[in-house]
Amino acid sequence: MTDWEPVIGLEVHVQLATATKAFSPSGTAFGATPNSLTDPTVLGLPGALPVFNRRALQYAIALGLATGCTIRERSRFARKQYFYPDLPKGYQISQYEEPLCEGGAVEFLFGGQVRRVRLTRIHMEEDAGKSIHHSNVASWVDLNRAGVPLCEVVSEPDIRSAEEAAEYMRALRQLVRYLGVSGGDMEKGQLRCDANVSIRPRGQAELGTRAELKNINSFRFVQNAIEHEIARQIRILGSGGTIVQETRLWDSDAGTSRSMRTKEEAEDYRYFPDPDLPVVKVESATLEAIKADLPELPMAKCRRYLDDYGLSEDDARTLTAERSLAEFFDSAVEAHGSSGKGAKAIANWVQSELLRELNRDGKDVGECPIKAPHLAELVSLIEKGTISGKIAKDVFAKMYQTGDPPGIVVEREGLQQISDESAIEEIARKILSENPKQVASYQAGKQNLLGFFVGQVMKATRGKANPKLVNQLLRRLLDE
Amino acid sequence: MAVSETDLIYLSAAEQARRVRAGEVSSRQLTEAYLARIADMDGEIGAYVTIEGDRALARADHIDAALAGANGHPDQLGPLAGVPIALKDILVTEGIKTTAASAILADWIPPYDGTVVSRLSRAGAVLLGKLNLDEFAMGSSTENSAIKTCRNPWDRSRVPGGSSGGSAAAVVSFQCAASLGTDTGGSIRQPSAFCGIVGLKPTYGLVSRYGVIAFASSLDQVGPMARTVEDVALLLEVIAGFDPHDSTSIDRPVPRYRDALGRGVSGLTIGLPDEYFAGGVDAEVARAVEAAIATYQTLGAKTVPVSLPHTKYALPTYYLVAPAEASSNLARFDGVRYGLRRSETDDSQKVGLFDMYCKTRGAGFGPEVKRRIMLGTFALRSGYYDAYYLKAQQVRTLIRRDFERAFETVDLLLAPTTPTPAFAVGEKMANPLDMYLADIFTLSCNLAGLPGMNVPCGFTESGLPIGMQLLGKPLGEETMLAAAAAFEREIGAIGAGGVPTRRPPEVSS
Repeated sequence: MTDWEPVIGLEVHVQLATATKAFSPSGTAFGATPNSLTDPTVLGLPGALPVFNRRALQYAIALGLATGCTIRERSRFARKQYFYPDLPKGYQISQYEEPLCEGGAVEFLFGGQVRRVRLTRIHMEEDAGKSIHHSNVASWVDLNRAGVPLCEVVSEPDIRSAEEAAEYMRALRQLVRYLGVSGGDMEKGQLRCDANVSIRPRGQAELGTRAELKNINSFRFVQNAIEHEIARQIRILGSGGTIVQETRLWDSDAGTSRSMRTKEEAEDYRYFPDPDLPVVKVESATLEAIKADLPELPMAKCRRYLDDYGLSEDDARTLTAERSLAEFFDSAVEAHGSSGKGAKAIANWVQSELLRELNRDGKDVGECPIKAPHLAELVSLIEKGTISGKIAKDVFAKMYQTGDPPGIVVEREGLQQISDESAIEEIARKILSENPKQVASYQAGKQNLLGFFVGQVMKATRGKANPKLVNQLLRRLLDE
Repeated sequence: MAVSETDLIYLSAAEQARRVRAGEVSSRQLTEAYLARIADMDGEIGAYVTIEGDRALARADHIDAALAGANGHPDQLGPLAGVPIALKDILVTEGIKTTAASAILADWIPPYDGTVVSRLSRAGAVLLGKLNLDEFAMGSSTENSAIKTCRNPWDRSRVPGGSSGGSAAAVVSFQCAASLGTDTGGSIRQPSAFCGIVGLKPTYGLVSRYGVIAFASSLDQVGPMARTVEDVALLLEVIAGFDPHDSTSIDRPVPRYRDALGRGVSGLTIGLPDEYFAGGVDAEVARAVEAAIATYQTLGAKTVPVSLPHTKYALPTYYLVAPAEASSNLARFDGVRYGLRRSETDDSQKVGLFDMYCKTRGAGFGPEVKRRIMLGTFALRSGYYDAYYLKAQQVRTLIRRDFERAFETVDLLLAPTTPTPAFAVGEKMANPLDMYLADIFTLSCNLAGLPGMNVPCGFTESGLPIGMQLLGKPLGEETMLAAAAAFEREIGAIGAGGVPTRRPPEVSS
């Protein structure tokens, strides 16, 4: 049986998070009353003209720089022409021969390795409206989405599995959210994916005939749709058939795809430069300013956490998932001031306690009552022995409730750890004298009774005794 | 000087504005005079496709009231306060039907004003109505209007030119003080020549295209059409200037063009392009233009021959670029959001989307518009793009360079505006190529983005106007206007009050 290798390239539409549309002043809010976010330009009224949104350009440049693309000094808008009721002008303003960004790559961790999927290009364009078909009765058109700025991120056919494709999408989502250029929410259509899928016998250099899958609008569907397509192609080729180059529409409800059009039926979009829009010029000063404003990117953070802090891949992945969380973590580590030595402990606190509380309350890191330096202080208090790890959890809970720094909580609640050996010894002697039977059993060899005595001491000190000292002392006293 | 009510209509727009400001005449008087004129005259001419009488009178009263309240500061009201004008019906007017003389837009009432419309309004102009044109500005005779035929006021058996034929005919027959047209390949200058008025196509980008129904976006410009050079300068001052709604508009302060009118031509070098005088020009037209050249020499200008060697490619280049852009610009007329929709068969059966498109566009567009959509669609087809559209753009660059080279040594170019005077209605409708050749001298100017204007320079023996064309450097409108004004003064074309000394025949009884 042939061992088939899938070859996948993705075309991802990223909705840019501008307040107004790509070429006119209407808003871009999600879920607004149908056709309320329109103006003469969006409606394609006779005489209306486009004026390019400079913010959309800045966002597109940021995305290009973050993926290592070459940014064209002069790029051009072109008209992509076809007739459809949700395309008001009869053409979509896009870029064709001279896109803004070329080259570059998206990097992500996959199977314990850094994967690098190369990009062909990133170009800017406007979205079309939305058609709503009501059985055979009527079709409605909502033009709220029409004219919303998009970047189309086109990858090289570097992806080798459906799972990897989904991971690429997640990485892209993470990246655009770090950059603040898109909400990256697939459910709201802020990220949409078309996949070019082909298969070839493993070891063969030549590419197989590809099918383009459209309408993939959730992370789960990315994987499902591509897996389904790979299986379909293997089934056809495996039984001696041939793949037709075609565009297929993914139907997520049915879990299957159907042919939209074959290559022969492909439309001629009659691209030509849009005469209403001048060449898009990007000055080097603009480029430098945007570059200087770029945040540390998720992969760079990941590498730093792995290499400098010695965190595990899982930890690094969790902490870098959202920029706000990573930045919380970074500022806690920085506040701890031990050039990263507290990082592991802080990482644990963030992932176990902090995320649990936030998730429970449905809060974002930005709304977290505990300030990053306070978390660092908490870790320092443990390290210094001021409080025990166990008490620290109570302190953490109080910090979360009140927003107070841990020092104040410890003070107010009298939670300082008792590390005074003579004080602990006094309590330990008292416990031992109150429990002669258990002492006898211990001394007769039931060593595991040590835990019982520790428990009693901790109880008597309301958990404040330094557990290490308690252990040492009890062992000495019992062995005396 | 006392004037009768009927004489008011003959005055120039500038003179009307002056009298309104001085309180010598009210805007209502002017507006009523023009509405009466339109009622008398336009049945024979067919210049107007929409007359907004009530709206115009209400507007005039508003201006008059504002003037009365302006207490000696009438200048605050704007340079056109109270002056009745009309617009080519391709300029989008809020609340007033805008048809582009096409069946596909026959009932469209726009929800917004184009930039030039709001600028005229801010200047105090009173809008009388909308003027006839070739459908979507495609044509050279206004015979492609889907609404009505427009006739040349000098000879009603002849065309007024096009596509701004209604604008030219209305101005010369005193049915408005002045008008605006649009010029994509000569649509202001050629009808101005045929009707004997002054018409100026500005430098590409000088006047906003926002609210101009697009024919060919890289060529279209709005410009003034009037009976005097001063009026053209005045209107240009009002409509020119940067518009944030048009990305192709030039961001530069607008000069006071009227200040240039007295400069004269002494010391100017005027180039005479060989290619525009080399045969094919009607003898009477050639004679009138030669006489104009002599006049300029008398006025102190130097004339020199120049060559624009790529002129012969202008026509094929234009008929690739303009239809290509038109095929795209006209895609929006699809029956979905506005305008005509044909979604039923003859026996009232609902049809599907594709058939709706075909029926709507089939019924809504006239033959010339369809011809150009097909030409343009063909030129942009994948696999043909390089050979046609791209090649045309390359030739366009060569044409532009011809002009750049010529303007290294001359200040202006002078040539006939058209090869012939106005032709007969129906004469060229059978052969589109003959019709296209009527614009042979005006196309290059648009391809190069230069300013150009028609200046009346005489009449044929049979009494048809003849026009000469001045072409200027980019943003060279002042020099062009100065030369036009000097000529107008020298030949005594305009009398007291800005009234033309020679007028077309009045209404036939």
